[in-house]
Amino acid sequence: MLEAIFNHYNYWLIIFLMMTGLYIVVSRGNLIKKIVGLNIFQTSVFLLYITIGKVNDGTAPILTGKSEIFSNPLPHVLILTAIVVGISTTALGLALVVRIRESYGTIEEEDILVSEGHQTEMELNKIQP
Amino acid sequence: MTNWLHHIPILIVAVPLISAPICILFTFGANRKAAWFWTLLVSWFAFLCSIYLLNHVLENGIISYHLGSWEPPLGIEYRIDLINAFVLLIVSGISAIAIPFGRLVVDKEIEPDRQILFYTTYLLCLTGLLGVTITGDAFNIFVFLEISSLSSYVLIAMGVRSDRRALTAAYNYLILGTVGATFFVIGLGFLYMVTGTLNIMDLSDRLTHLADNKAVHAGYAFIIIGLALKVALFPMHVWLPNSYTYAPSLISIFLAATATKVSIYVLLRFLFKVFGFSFDFIPLTLTFIFLPLAITAIFFGSVGAIYQTNIKRLFAYSSVAQIGYIVMGIALSNTIGLTAAVLHIFNHALIKGAIFMAAGCLVFRVGKLTTYTIRGLGKEMPWTFAALVLAGLSLIGIPTTVGFISKWYLLLGIMENGWWPIIPLIVIGSLLAVVYMWKIIEAAYFFQAPQDRAPVKEVPLELLIPLWVLVGCNFYFGIQTEITIRIAKEAATILLGNSP
Amino acid sequence: MRHHLVLRVIAKMLIPFILLFGLYVQFHGDFGPGGGFQAGVIFAAAFILYALVFGDDQARKVVPDKALIVLVPLGLILYAVTGFYGLFLEGNFLDYNVLLNSPKAGQHIGIFIVELGVGITVAAVMISIFRAYAGRTRAIDDEDW
Repeated sequence: MLEAIFNHYNYWLIIFLMMTGLYIVVSRGNLIKKIVGLNIFQTSVFLLYITIGKVNDGTAPILTGKSEIFSNPLPHVLILTAIVVGISTTALGLALVVRIRESYGTIEEEDILVSEGHQTEMELNKIQP
Repeated sequence: MTNWLHHIPILIVAVPLISAPICILFTFGANRKAAWFWTLLVSWFAFLCSIYLLNHVLENGIISYHLGSWEPPLGIEYRIDLINAFVLLIVSGISAIAIPFGRLVVDKEIEPDRQILFYTTYLLCLTGLLGVTITGDAFNIFVFLEISSLSSYVLIAMGVRSDRRALTAAYNYLILGTVGATFFVIGLGFLYMVTGTLNIMDLSDRLTHLADNKAVHAGYAFIIIGLALKVALFPMHVWLPNSYTYAPSLISIFLAATATKVSIYVLLRFLFKVFGFSFDFIPLTLTFIFLPLAITAIFFGSVGAIYQTNIKRLFAYSSVAQIGYIVMGIALSNTIGLTAAVLHIFNHALIKGAIFMAAGCLVFRVGKLTTYTIRGLGKEMPWTFAALVLAGLSLIGIPTTVGFISKWYLLLGIMENGWWPIIPLIVIGSLLAVVYMWKIIEAAYFFQAPQDRAPVKEVPLELLIPLWVLVGCNFYFGIQTEITIRIAKEAATILLGNSP
Repeated sequence: MRHHLVLRVIAKMLIPFILLFGLYVQFHGDFGPGGGFQAGVIFAAAFILYALVFGDDQARKVVPDKALIVLVPLGLILYAVTGFYGLFLEGNFLDYNVLLNSPKAGQHIGIFIVELGVGITVAAVMISIFRAYAGRTRAIDDEDW
């Protein structure tokens, strides 16, 4: 039983990271913290893929002429793409946060909702004169 | 000599992809019109390609194109059957009609020095949506999905000039969209772990022997949840209303008509072709999860729409309801139900394209759209409002419109399954659509124009022509139903059949 | 910035080596670990370090914004041109085998050009992203520390 847990420690780590990231995204009201959470969440997926690619006793997949056992390079390539996607997402998300801060003066979700609520009330008053 | 017709499957994706960076170079002449014209050319090129592909698939069957001449399943394969050819036609067709409409509204809504970047991002979004549809490689779907999603976050945020809430809408969409896409990738990881392949055909072959594998089950759950987020299926629709409301008009048209449709296509592909009925949890999910969610979506969306005062937001909520109809067709999982779902993907693109285009015309003249600001506009902008009302009739599902055709097939599908209790629910859903359309008609035709608004003129012909072309399509395909029904039926047969 | 002597000297020493390492990762990428993405990021890191130490205005003189507007699409165009060139030689899109006489040489040159395109675009995009944030706020003066 214990062995089954410890032999798969990498998966436990991935699950832990995944849940941590997702929890931060859901629970934090700070827009930047949400993006950090999203990053942790995505990182867990990178680890998942790299774990899949590992072959026991395998070396790096570089052709040396000798026949060797080597790890599966495909997941690494896939994850390189996913990392690029992650970078673009982070950059775009932070850019949006910068703009949000410039127009709202805050990066706390609650404060934004408060100022929006105020605005919609004014709109309602305009609708029913 | 190169046979260019053979390369159409790649050209339809690669040409928009390469034209996006070329479009950036127009910044040196600061030539906004050239950037627009370039986007127009590319859209029409993609449209012509998709017509050719659909014709070719109808006559000769499946097309398979190997990138870099690597044989599948090792290499990336573009695989076009009737279903993706049809979705390709929808995406490129809406783009081809929306861009001619777009020049004036973009000029009005986007800062002049950002317009070229706007068109560049639009081209990337188009590339992404076409790529998701055409590719036969599961990881490629993720990459293209992220290209289209990232560019649509940017495009939505560009609505900030008229309303700062575009920023928060784009931010929320970014968070939820990324979580959805990441779930999809986790699911793919599990499938890859078990099968060692990413080619969709190969994947479905190998999965048939793995029906009891726990990793496959987990992968299935992740993929379906991730895609449901992208589809905006209730209760994962929270990003949708604000995004469609505060996006620039052109983007509202384009995304409302195409983005969720493409995700629904991917959902169909994974439900029926990758997993298929050899898994006993597929009928289970369809009947006990998708069907209740679809019904809730129809009611939640329609009732939500009734309570909106912002017109674009009203139609965004109605989109949530319409997605409910499509998912209900999928949940029926018989040929007629799936025919209805595929038909409604097409028909709803026409309906919502026309409606958001009319909304774009109104924004062009009035600015903010609420039930208050549009009062009395029925007399001042007769053509726009006539188009809006006709598209609204199609949304409700009046006979001779496309909306009627898909609802009719949906009802037939329900009857075939013998799920009689659902039929009144569909009828009530249509009645709710009457209620929210009536709100707009009442405001536009039966109220006096507010005192503080200057009289407005009808929009120029450049905006009216694309609008009326789309409205015309709503009626043309509502009367000449042979071709769309034939395609939808064959697509449904492909989805349900065992043959690849 | 005048009196951050240590930072300036160390940065000046490091930047050439970072650039060199970036080039190594780029051009050795088809024999060993490496490739366009990594090289582009390393290359961009050198310019970002320069901008951090010597200021954004100075960095804009080294790589003007206009150059970035050319470089970002250039890499992508390079990539796509390689893809389309294969079409003219009766191969499929991105078919490297037909680029030169033998498939082996074709694969080599194909990957080389595509990775170069990737490297250029990634480096330019990274610098652009940095600049988009850095140019947004007033530069922090030494007295503010």
